[in-house]
Amino acid sequence: MKDVTLTGPFPFSAIVGQEDMKLAMILTAIDPGIGGVLVFGDRGTGKSTAVRGLAALLPPISAVAGCPVNSAHEGDIPDWAQVSDTAIIEKPTPVIDLPLGATEDRVVGALDIEKALTRGEKAFEPGLLARANRGYLYIDEVNLLEDHLVDLLLDVAQSGLNVVEREGLSIRHAARFVLVGSGNPEEGELRPQLLDRFGLSVDVTSPKDIDTRIEVIRRRDSYDRDPGGFLTEWRGTDMDLRARIVSAREGLGHVDAGEPILRDCAALCLALGSDGLRGELTLLRAARALAAFDGDRVVTRDHLRRVAPAALRHRLRRDPLDEAGSTTRVTRVVEEVLA
Amino acid sequence: MTDSQERWQRVNLALACFALDPAALGGIWLRARVGPVRDRVQKGLETALQGLSLRRLHPGIGDNALFGGIDLAATLAEGHVIRTRGILDGTAVLLMPMAERVKPGLAARLATAIDARKGLSLIAFDEGAEPEETLPPALADRLAIHLDLAAQGLSDAPELALDLAALAEARLLLPRVRLPDSAICEMAEVAARLGIGSLRAPLQALALARASAALMGEDCVEQADLTLAVELVLAPRATQLPQNTQEPPPETEPDPPNPEKAETADEGDDQDQTDLPPVEMLIEAAKAMLPPDLLARLQAGRAARQAPAANGSGAAKKGNRRGRPLPSRPGRMGGDARVDLVATLRAAAPWQPMRRKASGVHDRLHIQMSDIRLRQFEETSDRAIIFVVDASGSAALARLGEAKGAIELLLGEAYARRDHVALVAFRGDGAEVLLPPTRSLVQTKRRLAQLPGGGGTPLAAGLKAALELALLAQGKGMTASLAVLTDGRANVDLAGIANRAQAGTDATAMAKAIRARGIPALVIDTGLRPTPGLATLAGDLGAPYLALPRADARALSAAVDASLSLA
Repeated sequence: MKDVTLTGPFPFSAIVGQEDMKLAMILTAIDPGIGGVLVFGDRGTGKSTAVRGLAALLPPISAVAGCPVNSAHEGDIPDWAQVSDTAIIEKPTPVIDLPLGATEDRVVGALDIEKALTRGEKAFEPGLLARANRGYLYIDEVNLLEDHLVDLLLDVAQSGLNVVEREGLSIRHAARFVLVGSGNPEEGELRPQLLDRFGLSVDVTSPKDIDTRIEVIRRRDSYDRDPGGFLTEWRGTDMDLRARIVSAREGLGHVDAGEPILRDCAALCLALGSDGLRGELTLLRAARALAAFDGDRVVTRDHLRRVAPAALRHRLRRDPLDEAGSTTRVTRVVEEVLA
Repeated sequence: MTDSQERWQRVNLALACFALDPAALGGIWLRARVGPVRDRVQKGLETALQGLSLRRLHPGIGDNALFGGIDLAATLAEGHVIRTRGILDGTAVLLMPMAERVKPGLAARLATAIDARKGLSLIAFDEGAEPEETLPPALADRLAIHLDLAAQGLSDAPELALDLAALAEARLLLPRVRLPDSAICEMAEVAARLGIGSLRAPLQALALARASAALMGEDCVEQADLTLAVELVLAPRATQLPQNTQEPPPETEPDPPNPEKAETADEGDDQDQTDLPPVEMLIEAAKAMLPPDLLARLQAGRAARQAPAANGSGAAKKGNRRGRPLPSRPGRMGGDARVDLVATLRAAAPWQPMRRKASGVHDRLHIQMSDIRLRQFEETSDRAIIFVVDASGSAALARLGEAKGAIELLLGEAYARRDHVALVAFRGDGAEVLLPPTRSLVQTKRRLAQLPGGGGTPLAAGLKAALELALLAQGKGMTASLAVLTDGRANVDLAGIANRAQAGTDATAMAKAIRARGIPALVIDTGLRPTPGLATLAGDLGAPYLALPRADARALSAAVDASLSLA
C-alpha cells in the first residue's frame, strides 16, 4: 500500500532504547508461533513506530499475486476467491491495522454489498483478518477494543481459521497472524483471556534520561526533514538485522533445549502460579528463538532469564491488593528459581 | 500589556504558525466555550487558512463519511457503484466543534490519520465545562498547540491581525529554516523538567519554533522562537513544576537566588554539556505560563487535563451490534449499521412488478433506499457504581480503607461484569470526587493511595457530588447506582456550615432529588449500632438499608454487588 522505497516508515533499528519491546518483536518475527506481543505504556514512546518499522524490516513473503489471503501456493487459495492472477510474487509481510471501533464486517469480512446490489451476486468481501494472514495484525489501544471484537479475535487467533457464517454466506479461510497490541493501562484493563493469548508482553516507559530523549528527538527530526536520506543512512543496519532474523529462522529448528531447561520452565511457572501450560510453552519457544537470534545451538538459563519477564508477566493472577508490579514479581521469582 | 492581552497576542502568533505548517503541527486544541471570543479565533483561522481546504466534522461522524464508502442511493439508482469521498481524503484542515464528545474510536482514527502525515490537521474546539469533559488524551497528544481561552475577556481580544502576504513569504522561507542542535537539546530538557513523558511534544515544539522563525523572516531558529514554542506547546502539557514541588507556586516573579540554587543542585545529576542559561530562560517562560492551580491539581494526584477516567470501552452502546435481537427497522445504510438482508428483500418484494414496469428493466431486483432494513439489538449498558463514603469522624480511616478495598475487588472483576467504579468522599465542609468512574485498576491504585479523613458530616454535599457524577455517567451511556457508606447523621449543610437542622433538610432534599432521577442506591450503615436517621435517609432515597457494622472489603463488595444487581 505504501511506497516503501521513497517514504518508508521510520527504520526499526533507528529506534532509540526500548530494547525489551524491540527484542519481543524480533522474537515473534523469528518464531510466529510465540503468539504475538502486547505493548503497554505511555503515549509517545514509539509503540506504533516500532510496529510499522518492523513491517519494513521483515523479509518479504512469496504469495499468489491476486489472492486476498496471501496464499503461498495456488492450492491454498480459498474456493470463494476469484483469483485471476495466479503468478507467485514477493510481497512485503503484511502489517494490518485494526482501527478501534472497526465494525465486525470490516474485520471478518461480509457480503459484498456492491456486487449483491448491482449484479445480484452473492460474493464475499474479505476483511482485515484475510489481509493479515501470514503477517501481523496491529491493534492500537487494544484495551479499548469492543468486547465482541475481542471475542472474535480470540477465536480466530486460537484456530488460525476465520469462519464466516452470516447473511447466507458460509466462508472459511486461513487467518494465521501475529497479534500485536498496544495500549495505555490507565485507560482500561484487558481481559485475562485476551492477555493470555499474547505470547509476550512488554511495558514501555518514556526514557527518563535526557541524552536518550535528545537522541530520539534528533533522529525523529532528521527523519521528518529528509525521510529519503535518513532511510538510506539506516538501510544497512536494518538489512543486517533482517539477515540475522532470517538466519535465526533457519537455525531455529536446530536449537536444543535440554531436560534441565524444561524443568526450569516448569519450576518458574509453578512458582509464579500462572494458569495453564501456555506459560511454559511460550517461555520455551521464546528462549529458543532468542538462542537462535544469538546464534547459539543450546538454550541456556541466561536465555530463560532474559525472556521470562516478557513471557510470564501477564499470566499472573491479578491481585488487586498487590502494590508492586508483575514485572517485579517475575524478576524476583526468576532470581529465586534460577539462583 | 496585561496578561490577557499577552495571551491574545500569543493566540495570534499560534494561528499564524499553524497556518504556515499545519501538517507538521498536527493541529490546535482550543478549549473555550462558544462565544464571541471563540468566534474571533474562528474568523482569524478562516482568514489565515485561506486557500486550504477546511472541512467540518462532528464527533458522531461515521466511518462512511470519514473514509468514504458506497453512496447507496446513487448506486441503486444508477445500477453501478458510486463511491463518496471521505473527509479524511487528501489534504485538509479539519474543524471539529464539540470535541470533548469525541469517542476513543474516532480519536484513534483521527490520530492515525494525523500521524500518517499526509497533510491532515485538526482544530478541535473543546467546549467542555468540567475538567473531566475533555478531548481524549490520545488525540490531544497529536495536536501541537494547546490554547485555553476559558478566561479570555472579549475586551482584550480584538480582531486577530493576520497578514496574508507575510504568511505567503514565510511559507517560502520555511523549508530553509535551520535548527541548531542546541535547540533540540534545550527542548528535550525543558520537556523532561516539566514532566512531559510523550516525546511527541518536544518534536512539535521544534516544528513550531521553525514556523515561528520563518514568520519572523529568519533562516535560523532563535531563542524567541523557542520561547514561543515552550509557551504554546510545552507549558500547557506540564505535569510538574520545573523545580522541587515543595516550593510555593510562582505567583509573579520568583526571587532569583532561590531557583538558581535549586538549579545547580538539580544540574549536578544531569550532564553539563547543555548550555544552562537558555534552558533556564525557557523554563522561566514555561513557569509564567503554567496554570495557576497546577500545584493544587498535582496534589489531587495528577493534572486534570489528563485522561478522563471514564473512557473505558463499552460505554454508550448504540445497540446495533449485539445483544438480544429486536425487530429490524427501516434506516440508512452506514458504516455501523448491519443490513438485515431478508427483511430488506421482504420489504422490496411487493413493489417488484410495479418497479419493473416503471423502469423497463426486468432481469434484476429493484431495491430502493426505502426498502433497506437494519438489524437492531438490545443490550444492557455498563454499570457505574458510585461509592459515597463518609470520611468524617473517628472511624473514617477504617471505612475509607474498606471502601477502597471493595472498589479494588469490584474492579478486579470489572472486565467480566462491565462495571465502572467511582468514589466520592465527604468530610469537613464539602465533598470531593476522589475517583471518577473508571475500570482501570492501575489508575485507581494511584488515585486512592492517599485518602484524607476526619471532620464534620456534610452528607448533602456528598449526595450532591454523587448525583452530578451519576448524571455524567448516564450521559456516557452507563447505568449509575450509588452505594452510600456512613455511620452518622448529617451535621454540615450544603453551604458548608455546621447546622444540624439545615444539614438534615438539605440531605433529605438531595436524597429526594436522587430518587426523582431514578438512580438506584443502597445505604450501608457502618456504625456499631444502627442509626435511626439513616433508615429514614434510605427511605428518602428509595433505597434498601443495610446495617453492616465493621464491614470489611469483601463483605462490602458482596453486599453492593448483590443489592445493586437487583436494582
